[in-house]
Amino acid sequence: MFKPGYRFNPGCRFNPSSPAIHSMRLINRQPGRVAALALAALPFVGVVLAYAVASHYRRLENPADKLLPSLEKMGDTFWRMAFTPDRRSGDLLLWVDTFDSLTRLGIGMGVATLFAIIVGTAIGFIPHIRSAFAPFIATASLVPPITILPILFIMVGLGEASKIALIALGTAPVMTRTVAQAVMDIPGEMVVKAQTLGASTWQMVTRLVLPQVLPRLVAAMRLGLVPAWIFLISAEAIASTSGLGYRIFLVRRFLAMDVILPYVVWITLLAFLLDRLLLVASRRAFPWHHLGGQSL
Amino acid sequence: MSGPAKISVDRIGKSYGDAIILENVSVDVQAGTFCTIVGASGCGKSTFLRMLLSQERPDTGTIRMDGQVLPAEPTQNRGIVFQRYSVFPHLSVEDNLILAEEFANSSLTGRSFAKARRQLRQSVDDTLEKIGLASARKRYPAQLSGGMQQRLAIAQALVKKPDILLLDEPFGALDPGIRVDMHDLLLGLWRERAMTIFMVTHDIHEAFKLGTRLLVFDKRRHDPHAPERYGATITYDLPIERGNGSENLSSRDLISKQTP
Repeated sequence: MFKPGYRFNPGCRFNPSSPAIHSMRLINRQPGRVAALALAALPFVGVVLAYAVASHYRRLENPADKLLPSLEKMGDTFWRMAFTPDRRSGDLLLWVDTFDSLTRLGIGMGVATLFAIIVGTAIGFIPHIRSAFAPFIATASLVPPITILPILFIMVGLGEASKIALIALGTAPVMTRTVAQAVMDIPGEMVVKAQTLGASTWQMVTRLVLPQVLPRLVAAMRLGLVPAWIFLISAEAIASTSGLGYRIFLVRRFLAMDVILPYVVWITLLAFLLDRLLLVASRRAFPWHHLGGQSL
Repeated sequence: MSGPAKISVDRIGKSYGDAIILENVSVDVQAGTFCTIVGASGCGKSTFLRMLLSQERPDTGTIRMDGQVLPAEPTQNRGIVFQRYSVFPHLSVEDNLILAEEFANSSLTGRSFAKARRQLRQSVDDTLEKIGLASARKRYPAQLSGGMQQRLAIAQALVKKPDILLLDEPFGALDPGIRVDMHDLLLGLWRERAMTIFMVTHDIHEAFKLGTRLLVFDKRRHDPHAPERYGATITYDLPIERGNGSENLSSRDLISKQTP
C-alpha cells in the first residue's frame, strides 16, 4: 500500500478498507483535495443561503423591502453600476470608484513601504540610528491615525493628498517597526560571518539584510493593508467625491442596500486579491523563505 | 617555544554584569596549531572564541595576533564556522561560496552580474567537488542535510584563505557517522592550508582526535553560594602527539582530575 519514501499523511490516498482510519486521531485525518474545497465553500454557501432565505421572507411581507434586497436585485444594480453609464456624469461608477480608491491605496501603501524599508533597515541595523529614532517611531505608531485626519484636512485640504497621507501615516510606523524587528532578528552569526568575508556595512545591507527582510516586508504589507483599507474608506466617507467608500456612504442616505452590499463584497474581493497577489509574489521572488512549513 | 606566537593571549578577563565568565586567561599558540577547547557548559569557551574573532572584546588584558593587538571588529584573516546560522539561507550553495568574491569585486552593490557572475560560479567547481556538493550547487541551505550545510559553512569560511579558522561546536548537531567524515575533511584542509585552528567542542574524543593541543577551561575555585563569583580559566594545556593522541590521557582521567 505504501510506496517507498511515502510520507506519513494518512488522509490522502488512504486505503478505504483499512479499519485503522476510523480510530485515528482527528488531528491526523487530512481532507482530500475535493473535500478541502467543499469544506472551504461551505461557510460561504451557508451565508448566501441564510441571506436568501431571510430576504425571501421579508419580501413576502413587503415586496418593496429595502433592507434585504433579493440577490437578483443586487445583481442587477451591480451590473448597472459596472456597465451602464451614470445618468448624471456619464461614468461607469463602479470602475471609476475602484480606480480612484485603488490609486489612493496604492500610492499611500507605496509611500509607507518605501519609508518602512529605508528607515526600518537603518533602525534595525545601525545602533546609532536605532538610538536616535526607535523610541520616536514607537511613540508615533501609537498615535491613532484617524485623529490625524482632521489635522490633515486643515493643513493639506480635502483633496487627494490628505487621503493618501492618512493611509501612509497610518501604516508606515507599524511597518517600520516590523522591518526593524526583522532586521534585528537576523542571527548575529550571519552578520559576523559576512564581516569575516569582507563585507562593508553597505554591502551587508544589500546582500544580507535586504534579501532577508524583503519577505518579511511583504508579510508586513499584507498585514498593513487591513488598516490601510479602513483609513481609505474612512477618509473617502468623510470628504470625497469618488471612491468605493464615498459611494457606500453616499447611497446610505437612500437605504440603498442593493448598492452597499455588493460594494462591500467587491471591496472584500479586492482586498483578498491584493493579499493573494502579495503572497504569490513573495513565493515567486523569495522561494528560500517559503521552503519550510505551511502558511496562511 | 620557537618564534613569535601566532596568537598571544595575555591575562584576559570577561564578565557580563556581576557574572564573571573568564579571568586571567593567558596562552600562546604557535602558527599551524590545531587547538581544541573543551570545558563544561557556560565556562566561557565560546566567549573566548568570540574574543579571538573580535566579536566581543575582553574587559581586561590583551590578545595579540602576530604581535599586533587584535582589530576591534571581525576581519577577513579570521574565518568562523558556527554550529548554526553559518551559511546564508537566501543564497544557493554556489552563491554562498562566491559571496566573498562579490564583496571584493563590487564595493557598491556587493553583487556581480551576468558574465562576471557566471565566471565566479564556475570558479567554485573544484571546491564544490571537494566538499561533495557539486550536484547540490543550485539548492538552498534549507534543502541540505546538517552535514552538507556544515561542509558548505567550512568551505565558505575558507574562501578568503584566513590564517586562523575558528570553529564553535561546528559538528555538535551532526550524527556520529557524519562527524567522522567531517573530521577527515577538516584535517585534510588543515594540513593543506597550514592554518591555525581553534575549535570549541563538547566532545572530548573529538578534541583528542583532531587537536595538536588541548585547552581545558574550568573554574579554579568554586563558591557554591555564589557560583558566578569566580570565572573560568585554562586549567589544562596539553600537547597531543599525532598518531597516539588519544592514549595520552583518557577522558575519564581528565574528568576525575578536574574535580578538586
